[in-house]
Amino acid sequence: MKKNKIKIHKLRCKSCGICVSFCPKKVLAQDESQRLYVLDPSECIGCNICSQVCPDFAIEVIQENEEN
Amino acid sequence: MQGEQYLNPKRIPTIWCPGCGNGIVVHAMMTALDKLSVPSEDVIFVSGIGCSSRTATYAACDNIHTLHGRALPVATAIKLVRPDKKVIVMSGDGDSLAIGGNHLIHAARRNIDLTLIIFNNSIYGMTGGQVSPLTPSGKRGTTAPYGSIEEQFDTVKLLEGAGASYIARSGVSFFQPTVKYMKNAVSHNGFAVVEVITQCPIYYGRMNKHKSPAEMMQWQKENMVSLEKAEKMTEEERSSKILMGEFVCKEKPSYIEKRASMFKELCK
Repeated sequence: MKKNKIKIHKLRCKSCGICVSFCPKKVLAQDESQRLYVLDPSECIGCNICSQVCPDFAIEVIQENEEN
Repeated sequence: MQGEQYLNPKRIPTIWCPGCGNGIVVHAMMTALDKLSVPSEDVIFVSGIGCSSRTATYAACDNIHTLHGRALPVATAIKLVRPDKKVIVMSGDGDSLAIGGNHLIHAARRNIDLTLIIFNNSIYGMTGGQVSPLTPSGKRGTTAPYGSIEEQFDTVKLLEGAGASYIARSGVSFFQPTVKYMKNAVSHNGFAVVEVITQCPIYYGRMNKHKSPAEMMQWQKENMVSLEKAEKMTEEERSSKILMGEFVCKEKPSYIEKRASMFKELCK
């Protein structure tokens, strides 16, 4: 099973919640102060939708084969 | 992120409000340039005034921020002097269709080799939420608190009539089609326009009772249909949907080509 790493640029994120709503596997979540965090990285299927819908260029999905 | 090399890291984070869709359009544009592997020295961004027009300052390419609505004349001049460069105009709905409406139709008539990206957020975002020529009829803005009674422009029909040779429409919820249309527009020979529907959660969303930017994008996903899908729909179903796709794509000699051939003729 491929593992994907989700990198969040904390300084760029504005906590709009678009990525949380669009993630098909509900991998991303927001805490009580609306800060974005990765809930369950093992669920990520690497579809890249979060990175594409992020208006602030804050999310990067690094796929395992790319990393090696 | 794909296309990161076209962004100016010193300028990011952007000044746009949380949830504004403009960033997605910029991301799509940078991805399209990356896929076409255009060197950043060969791209010139031109923009007018407005939220969307801030794009030019975020690009790590040559860029110029011009007067309100006058991005197209400046871009025309740049293209005439440097026909080897890719000149891309980033403009909002008010900037290109209201203040710069006259320039828009004449750029389309000349079929000058430019790419125009219209960020359609249905409202004047920067100046405080006034209704724009692309605000849908019945929707609210700060200058139309009971709903706009004006009809909106149909960008595709307007530009087709004016003579543009490439016209496409997409939305920020559809990233891959947007990138595809932008790629086609940048490589097209002639006046190419891509209208991208984005969301303005602060003014348009709040005035029209949209709960969140994510909800506005989900609404777009449900209410925009491709041209192929729309063909199978009945007239009634189609009237409530926004069509997306490549509406016009035709080969026509561009202004630059015509001028070059005229010079050749005269220099004989």
